[in-house]
Amino acid sequence: MKDLSSAGPLLDIQNLEKKFDLDKGFLETLKLRGGRLIRETRAVHAVNNVTLDVHKGEAVCVVGESGCGKSTVARMVAGLLAPTHGEIHYAGQRIDNLSRHAMRPLRKKIQMIFQNPYASLNPRMTILEALEEPVRHHNPRYSNAEVRDRVAEVMRSVGVDPAWAKRYPHEFSGGQRQRIAIARALTVDPEFIVADEPISALDVSIQAQVLNLMLEAKESRGLTYLFITHDLSVVEHFGTRVVVLYLGSICEVADTATLFSNPKHPYTKALLSAVPQLKDDRPNHIRLKGEIPTPINLPKGCPFRSRCAFANKRCDEEKPKTIQQPDGSLVACHAVEEDRLDTAASV
Amino acid sequence: MSDLSHAPAPSRLQKVMDSTMMYSFRRNPVAVASLAVFLVIAVLSFLAPLIAPYDPYDPASIDLMNSEYPPAWVNGALPEFVLGTDDQGRDLLSTILYGTRLSIIIGLCAVALQAFLGITIGLVAGYVGGRTDSLLMRMADIQLSFSTLMVAIIFLAVTQALFGSETFNRYAVFFLIAVIGVAEWPQYARTVRATVLAEKKKEYIDSARVLGFGPLRIMIRHILPNSLSPIFVISTVQVANAIISEASLSFLGLGMPPSQPSLGSLISAGFDYIYSGSWWITVIPGIVLVVLVLVINLLGDWVRDVLNPKLYKG
Amino acid sequence: MSLLSVRDLTVKFAMRDQTVTALNSISFDLAKGERLGIVGESGAGKSITGFSLMNLLSRPGYIDSGQILFDGQDVVQMSEKALRSVRGNRMAMIFQDPMVTLNPVLTIGQQMVETLRAHRKLSVEEARQIAIVKLREVYIPSPEERLEQYPHELSGGMRQRIIIAIALLLDPQLIIADEPTTALDVTIQADIMELMLELCQSNQVGLILITHDLGVVSQMTERTLVMYAGRIIESGSTRSIINDPQHPYTQGLINALPQQTLPGHQLRQIPGNMPTLAQVPPGCAFNPRCEFATDTCRSQIPKISQYGDVEVACHEVHRLQTEPAREEEQA
Repeated sequence: MKDLSSAGPLLDIQNLEKKFDLDKGFLETLKLRGGRLIRETRAVHAVNNVTLDVHKGEAVCVVGESGCGKSTVARMVAGLLAPTHGEIHYAGQRIDNLSRHAMRPLRKKIQMIFQNPYASLNPRMTILEALEEPVRHHNPRYSNAEVRDRVAEVMRSVGVDPAWAKRYPHEFSGGQRQRIAIARALTVDPEFIVADEPISALDVSIQAQVLNLMLEAKESRGLTYLFITHDLSVVEHFGTRVVVLYLGSICEVADTATLFSNPKHPYTKALLSAVPQLKDDRPNHIRLKGEIPTPINLPKGCPFRSRCAFANKRCDEEKPKTIQQPDGSLVACHAVEEDRLDTAASV
Repeated sequence: MSDLSHAPAPSRLQKVMDSTMMYSFRRNPVAVASLAVFLVIAVLSFLAPLIAPYDPYDPASIDLMNSEYPPAWVNGALPEFVLGTDDQGRDLLSTILYGTRLSIIIGLCAVALQAFLGITIGLVAGYVGGRTDSLLMRMADIQLSFSTLMVAIIFLAVTQALFGSETFNRYAVFFLIAVIGVAEWPQYARTVRATVLAEKKKEYIDSARVLGFGPLRIMIRHILPNSLSPIFVISTVQVANAIISEASLSFLGLGMPPSQPSLGSLISAGFDYIYSGSWWITVIPGIVLVVLVLVINLLGDWVRDVLNPKLYKG
Repeated sequence: MSLLSVRDLTVKFAMRDQTVTALNSISFDLAKGERLGIVGESGAGKSITGFSLMNLLSRPGYIDSGQILFDGQDVVQMSEKALRSVRGNRMAMIFQDPMVTLNPVLTIGQQMVETLRAHRKLSVEEARQIAIVKLREVYIPSPEERLEQYPHELSGGMRQRIIIAIALLLDPQLIIADEPTTALDVTIQADIMELMLELCQSNQVGLILITHDLGVVSQMTERTLVMYAGRIIESGSTRSIINDPQHPYTQGLINALPQQTLPGHQLRQIPGNMPTLAQVPPGCAFNPRCEFATDTCRSQIPKISQYGDVEVACHEVHRLQTEPAREEEQA
């Protein structure tokens, strides 16, 4: 197994599932139905049977609309949530069931960057305290000088002047805070970064700065990313591979170039066409009927079928499996499998 | 933001003076006046051994012949007793100074005990959640469903009977602190738990967890400092409440003994003489108590207005 | 005559120790039925512009000087009563977060009927009928049922449609939409944008669209204003601004978009941050971030002048034209 780990994927997610119970207490599960008292638990199926691998050096982007479970996947990988089912392996080692103590060496390797730079830094700690804390925690034997050097090096590498170290987060703008948050993740010298919408709270000109910083860090530190976003233009730029999620299930996995030039799943197509284009006058917008259903007690069948123009009886009954396409992409759609998309579209 | 690097870092004092809190303080005459009055009372009472003309704890300095002299502005007063004397011939000014000191000490210590218990329990309940949370919070609910005074009266009456009044009187201060402290911890626990639940959802806590920090470190280094504002707000009110509780218990004869009077026991002692014309023994300590509690509550109101996250946006 | 004419509008905020200028002498016009985009990053003053147009600023903000002529009347000088008859009635506003705009304890029907009856003499039943017509216009299925529902029972996209229907209730001449689709998902956003475009075109309603998203502006508007640190720095037809921006900031904003760079390459970022209102640098507010800045830029505030198809406030715009920087590399 040992030598396999070096050749296999860095991160390997198998049949990952996450349910959130809506009715927590025993009394909440009791319901009156037709005059009888029955016990029923409602659950949000945030992530259903997601299988995914990430190889070293990749930047895998997970896209989808709100409620599709992309953040839940990120939080499970980062160890903030325990999966209901399924396994997460990192470098050959199963990590989803580790104790906090056993997880500790891996904490240095897997780090996370959060969406909201206004909430991801402790408002009562100076930048220096926030950056020194993880260094000291993971390297208890470092001398003060070593800690200081490490922090200064990281601060310079993200473009934050070490002279500002004594200031508090509220004295910085959103973009600078996000740099500091990235710096904090980099202080422990990670290999793998889970980034949950790291730029969506930032202004356009600042988004470019932060994205550049992340690309730079990828090159110089050999980082691997799992990048969660709803912004497809960022995906096209940043990602090497894309995973499209809808209601907690995978619709399509493909190399970025393949996905953007030749999207296959009807949802992917609609998603791509919905992005407001800068220079294209008439958008070729595929209109989806209805809206995203709630992920509570999902019925069987394809999760997308209520909005899909190609849904038929089979889609109602049977949940599609991901099937490898000739160009290497994985698509979970009966219509693609039966090759009835193009014929239907031309009608 | 671009000139951040050029501006010299302001000193700590300057930062405090520039803060929103100081600004609002300077603009609020009620808060300034309350703090001034509180400081005058507190400083004078803590300097009691230095400035009080007599030592009310020293039986040698008390002469029963001096009892019930009225304050200086009333006919028949002795000039050496500015506020008159009490039924035992003690100088009322000195007794009030010592008594206020005692009241404030008991109030502060009781609140410190409440805060320690309440913050610890609240932090654990909020952070750990689940069964632990339910258990601790039900305990708090049970505690809250008894009034503080009722718990205190029962406890003090039983201890008094158990140890005899001699021992009880010797350790009355500690008993009072303990009983007032234990009876009111749920106030803190509930508030702290609520803020912990709010802070726990924020990304900086997730960030700390991803960095591998343990629960103890996250609770103390990260959550607690961010829960200080509500703790600060309830603390002021709780000090006032504790002083009142102490006064009530002493008034009922379950608190400080007459030989070591707090404001409450002074009021109580004078109560018997109010119809015989010696109103000052009750009224003057009463006024001090009311003013003390009032200014603390006014300060508390101001603190709440400033620190209330709903009203205050940095 | 134009529907809306803003002249030298200056808005200030009286902060605790100083007064900052949030809008600095803004002037623009809007013709009847015209769709105008206001683009800028947070802190540029675009939302404040929207609020000022309805004279909705509240302390510590106030209109310091300038005119806002709406249909020939100055909104700045209007009495509170006259303002109420303009707001909602002839000028409507749509906000980013539909949950905040709708009152959570009233049904959709109650809110719509109330709005109508506040401005028109109508019976409840008449008002209901108008509400149903308007809900149909925004493609809400079974509008009669929706009237009985509370905001929390509806999805985000549905709520935003209802907000639009409420804005259209009194057939306004102008809709001010502040980031109307930012809180929505891409597929829903596309729907709502299409709907707004269609409604504005068919009813000849003027639209002021405030957004940070250049893609949205490009799809929705005919003319665009670009704002930076409380000033308009560039204005013109949306096509020319997107295809041939003149101001270095506008260029930077467009070039910074990931679509403008080959995948995996470094994006062309604008260095630095927008100054806060209290710390606007002297001269052109953009000069510390501008690669073309000269001493003139650092001392004099540039005036708006016609250049090509657009109006630009930049001292160095001529030089930019002769040195067609590096935009041509890719695209």
